[in-house]
Amino acid sequence: MINSILKIENLSASYDDKVIIQNINLEFQKNKITAIMGPSGCGKTTLLRCLNRMHELTPNAKVSGKILLESTNLNDNFMELNSTDPILVRRRIGMVFQRPNPFPNLTIYQNVLAGYLLNGIKLKKQEADEIVEKHLNLVALWDEVKDNLKKHGTFLSGGQQQRLCIARALAMEPDVLLLDEPTSALDPISTQRIEDLIVELQKTVTIIIVTHNVGQAGRVSDFVAFLYLGDLIEYGLTDTIFTNPKNLQTEKFLTGKIS
Amino acid sequence: MTHIFQERQSILNDNIIEEATIVEQMIKKIINALINKDTNLLQEIIDGDEAKVNSLVIEINEMIIQLIARFQPEAGDLRSIMMIYKINGDFERIAKKSSKIAKSILLLMDEPPLKPFQDVPKMLEATISMLKDSITSFTTHNVQLAYDVCERDDIVDKYRSHISRELLILMIEDSALIQKSQSIERITRNIERIADLATNIAEDVIYIVEGEFIKTKKSKS
Repeated sequence: MINSILKIENLSASYDDKVIIQNINLEFQKNKITAIMGPSGCGKTTLLRCLNRMHELTPNAKVSGKILLESTNLNDNFMELNSTDPILVRRRIGMVFQRPNPFPNLTIYQNVLAGYLLNGIKLKKQEADEIVEKHLNLVALWDEVKDNLKKHGTFLSGGQQQRLCIARALAMEPDVLLLDEPTSALDPISTQRIEDLIVELQKTVTIIIVTHNVGQAGRVSDFVAFLYLGDLIEYGLTDTIFTNPKNLQTEKFLTGKIS
Repeated sequence: MTHIFQERQSILNDNIIEEATIVEQMIKKIINALINKDTNLLQEIIDGDEAKVNSLVIEINEMIIQLIARFQPEAGDLRSIMMIYKINGDFERIAKKSSKIAKSILLLMDEPPLKPFQDVPKMLEATISMLKDSITSFTTHNVQLAYDVCERDDIVDKYRSHISRELLILMIEDSALIQKSQSIERITRNIERIADLATNIAEDVIYIVEGEFIKTKKSKS
C-alpha cells in the first residue's frame, strides 16, 4: 500500500520565460529514500527547491501546480503549501546543500540550534543541550566533537561540516529532508559515511536526494525518479529501474549513453 | 559499501544456504528411500523439492542482478557474488539430477535388485559427503576443506567405473537385463555428475578465498 507523505501535482517551474520543469506528478513515500536523478540541467535541483519554497526566492521565478504535505499536526490530512507561510514549510521540509555551509560565525553548538535561533525560538539550557546531543548523535558526530562544541563549525573537516549541516536540518525535526547532491564536494570516505548516514536516517525522516551520481542513487535509494529536459520520464523502485527500466531514455542514462 | 549492500549480501548468503540445505536433503532422501524402500520420499523429491529449489534459484538470480546493478561490488565482494551466481546454477542442476535419479529408482523399486545396484547407496554416501563439505567450505571459507573435496572426486568416479564394469558383464551374460542395467547406468551417471558439481562448488570457494581459479593454478604448476 502506498504511504505517501508528499505529493506533487502538475508542478511546473520556470525562470523568466524558460520552463525548467513541466507538469510533474509524483508521490514521495514516507520514511523512504527517493533519489531524483538525471543529466545536468534536467531540473533536479529546481524540483527540490520548489518543494520547500526556495525556487520562488529567485527573481522572475514562477511555480505552478500543487505540493501537498501530509500533516499530523493538522486535522486535515494535507495542507496546501501555496497558502502556507514559507518559513513554516521550511521547518517541516529541511534542506542540505551541495557544499557544506555551517554558519562561520557560530559555534558547532550554535550551528545545530541555528533553526531555533533564526526563528526566535527560545530554549532552556537543558533542552538546548539535549537537542544538540541528540542530533549530533543522529549524524554520528557527537563523539568526534563533544569536547569542541564551542569551536566554530568551520574548524571541522568537509565531511564533518556536512554532517553538522544535516544535524542542523534535523534539529528542527522536519518530516522531510531534502539533500541536494550532498556529497559532491566530499572525498570518497566522507561520501561513504554520509551515504551510510542517509540510509540510517530514513527511520526518522523521509529523504529526497538529488544526485547526478547514478551509483549513489543505486546505493542509497528505495525509489528513483528520472528527469530529462524538465520532464519526469520514469519513477519506480530502485531495484526495478536499475535492472529493467521501462523507458529507453532511462536505459540510455543508466548505461552512460546520455549524460 | 552501504549498510543496504551488507544487509542484502547477508540475505543472499542465507538464501543460498537454504537452497544448499534442500539440495542436501534431496540426496539424503534418495539414500533413505533406497535403504527403507520408501517410495514416498522419492515422490517428495519429484513433486516438491525440485520446485522449491527452482523458485529459490530465480529469487537468488534476481537478488544478484540487483546487487550488481545497484552497488557495483568490487574485489572480494565481487568474487563472492559471482561465485554465488555460479553455485546457484550448480544447485539447480544438482536438484534436477536428484529428481531424475528419484524417477529412475521409482521404476526399479518393485523389481528384485541387481547386484551392482547395491553399491549405489555407497556411491551416494561418498557424493553427499563431498556436497556437505563443499557447502561447509563455502559457509566457513575453509579453503583446505575445499581442496579436500576436489581430491575426493576420484572416489566417486571409481565407484561409477566399478558399477559400469559389473553392469557390462551382466548385460553380456543375460540380454534380458539390458534395460534394467541401463537404468542403473543412468542413475550412476547422474550421481557422478552431482559429485562433479560439488567439486565445482569447492573450486568456486577456492576462487572466493584465494582469488585465483584452481584450473589456472594447476596449469601454472
